Amino acid sequence: MIELLSGPLFKISLLVFTVGLIFRLVQYVRGLDWRLERVAYSHMGKAGVIGAIWSVLTWILPFGTRGWRTQGFATIAFFFFHLGVVICPLFLAGHMVFMKDALGFSFPSLPVAVGDVFAMLGVLGGVMLLARRITLPQVRFLTDRKDIALLALCLLTLVTGMVARFDLFAYDFMLGLHMLSGELILILAPFTKLSHMALFFASRAQLGIDFAVKRGGASRGPAFPW
Amino acid sequence: MPEGILCNRKPINTEEDLKRLLADKGGKQYYEEMKNMEVDVRALQNTLEKTCKSRTRTWLEICAHCSLCADSCFFYKANNRDVEQTPSYKINTTLGEMVRRNGKVDTEFMIRAMDIAWGKCTCCNRCGNYCPHGIDVGVMMSYLRGVLYSQGFCPWEMKIGAGMHRVYRAQMDVTTEDWVDTCQWMEEEGQEQIPSLEIPIDKEDCDIMYVLNAREPKIYPDDVQAAAMLFHIAGEKWTVPSEGWENTSLAMFAGDWQACADNVKAMYSAIERLRPKMVVETECGHAHRASAVEGPYWAGQEDGKAPVPYLHYVEWLANAIRDGKIKIDPAKKIKEPCTLQDSCNYIRNHGLEKHTRYIMSQIAEDFREMEEHGAHNYCCGGGGGMNGIGRYREERDRGLFMKLQQIRETGATLVISPCHNCWDAIRDTMEVYEVHDIKWSFLKPLILDMCIIPDHLKPQDEDEE
Ligand code: HEM
Ligand code: SF4
Ligand code: SF4
Ligand code: SF4
Repeated sequence: MIELLSGPLFKISLLVFTVGLIFRLVQYVRGLDWRLERVAYSHMGKAGVIGAIWSVLTWILPFGTRGWRTQGFATIAFFFFHLGVVICPLFLAGHMVFMKDALGFSFPSLPVAVGDVFAMLGVLGGVMLLARRITLPQVRFLTDRKDIALLALCLLTLVTGMVARFDLFAYDFMLGLHMLSGELILILAPFTKLSHMALFFASRAQLGIDFAVKRGGASRGPAFPW
Repeated sequence: MPEGILCNRKPINTEEDLKRLLADKGGKQYYEEMKNMEVDVRALQNTLEKTCKSRTRTWLEICAHCSLCADSCFFYKANNRDVEQTPSYKINTTLGEMVRRNGKVDTEFMIRAMDIAWGKCTCCNRCGNYCPHGIDVGVMMSYLRGVLYSQGFCPWEMKIGAGMHRVYRAQMDVTTEDWVDTCQWMEEEGQEQIPSLEIPIDKEDCDIMYVLNAREPKIYPDDVQAAAMLFHIAGEKWTVPSEGWENTSLAMFAGDWQACADNVKAMYSAIERLRPKMVVETECGHAHRASAVEGPYWAGQEDGKAPVPYLHYVEWLANAIRDGKIKIDPAKKIKEPCTLQDSCNYIRNHGLEKHTRYIMSQIAEDFREMEEHGAHNYCCGGGGGMNGIGRYREERDRGLFMKLQQIRETGATLVISPCHNCWDAIRDTMEVYEVHDIKWSFLKPLILDMCIIPDHLKPQDEDEE
């Protein structure tokens, strides 16, 4: 079972993930229309580029925007969770050994202890997000089953990974479940709101361009005070 | 009944149709007919396929349902944090659902969508500043309005407003003759104070072509006169066009994109005819949005720019004060505590905040910012056409409360509001909440009162005054 999960299934899911997200990005850009959105993409110049970069950067910086600053708990939850789900798959020492094996190359890996911290932050953040989702009326009201399922799936992946890493119990089963849920995330990404892993950058860049070239960039400057 | 006599998918194109719709007081019959109007699903699907592209679809799909946008919406706050006022919820259960069902929706769905698109959102775009994904619900609402309008589901007043633009090229029934008469009347009357005052009509090759809101000639002709006096005092070479003078767009609020485009084109053709170096616009927020921000695109300008620069009144005024064309008498500056209502349409959505700040620094001794201001201001509560829609009066009145609170927190007794909709909303706020110690004003009358009128412009025969 583990062999299947770490071999062909891993490769297939990675393929779906990569091709799927690239396809989504290409479709996004191709679907942009200066007349419909009323944004002069072809005349955006330097201002547009700065606006796009600024819009992405300020929002991936913890407390980098007014939006993040006015939402203390959610902001911490978000950044903890995302440090976990973005850093861990790409840089954990254990993952890199596996990646080298499966794909023939890997990224530089984090010291094991640092990796553990990111994983724990991820779990903590995820639990905070879940708590927020369940307790705050305005979030609960918007939440559908898919939102819970996806968040739970991410948490499951993080938690099973940690249980296996520390060999707490049922090592093989936990490792199997970890791989399965991780691969499920990869496969689902292009088809669900998880596509934001790529489309977040597209959407943020687009709004940055919108404000920089049309909505005030000329007098305010391209960097909108997000 | 597929379509009604008054409520239908056809836009208003003739004076006769307009009068008939106007005669239906409050839209009684109109809304009755709407209840039985069928949705043209085929046409709706076609519209969605052609106009609902990757940006909108991505926004709808990646929304994390995190509700970080909730607090950003003044409606949510003013309604006691009503979860149904969350921007994400408002758009997901309307446009989102419509797209998911690929247009297979019924009349009831459309009416509910209408009640949200016009009754629970002013398209102020504040939520767009607070969504981590950069999802601008205001933009989507505005798009949704267009989709609903194309199916005939639009508030009675909005249908009339768009019809006005189609029939009169103005938001009210002001004909070219009415307009020219008003200019002449205001010119003559104004000459009592400034004998050389002129309101030059259709003068070619001026520096400035002035465009304005039809409500000014129709209801507030003094505002036309004040604008003329200030241009005259500043020594500007200016003119107004006899046609193409209206820069507001109820059509934009209605979602009638064709009428929006036609309106802008009428103005742009006045530019072509008179060749001014720039256009200066009156103190109206959505008018600036419609003619200088979105307008160029409706008119098909690929670079997104109007044929000549469009200056909102605050930008012209800031420049005029800075250049010494308008001199403020220091003794007459505003002494009482005052604050400023930033119009979403040209502040958040067009970056003119530095001009308004400069003006305030020159005219007020005790200027107080609202807590949320500039690009992050809250809507006055009356934007997006809301002020004018009877069906949503209650919703609007509740929304106004946010702004009242903000104003109160500053301790100001005067609110300066260089935007017609904001001005109206603030006036109504004071009425609805029975506030008697706070005044409100446009800039023009204030500036006229405090600027120094050069001696050579004053009436020569001082004794007779
Ligand atoms: C690559 C960079 C990524 C960026 C910039 C990003 C950004 C965002 C943003 C802006 C949100 C919405 C805000 C919020 O809910 O707090 C969000 C939510 C979410 N993201 Fe990401 N994300 C990224 C990668 C990932 C990855 C790799 C995963 C999962 C493996 C993931 C899973 C989630 C989940 C589950 C939510 C919903 C959280 C909730 O339920 O409240 N994200 N992300
Ligand atoms: S619109 Fe943005 S802020 Fe609001 S729920 Fe969706 S992702 Fe969150
Ligand atoms: S555009 Fe303004 S009124 Fe509409 S949902 Fe967003 S914040 Fe609320
Ligand atoms: S009326 Fe004023 S504050 Fe309200 S949306 Fe329009 S510009 Fe903004």
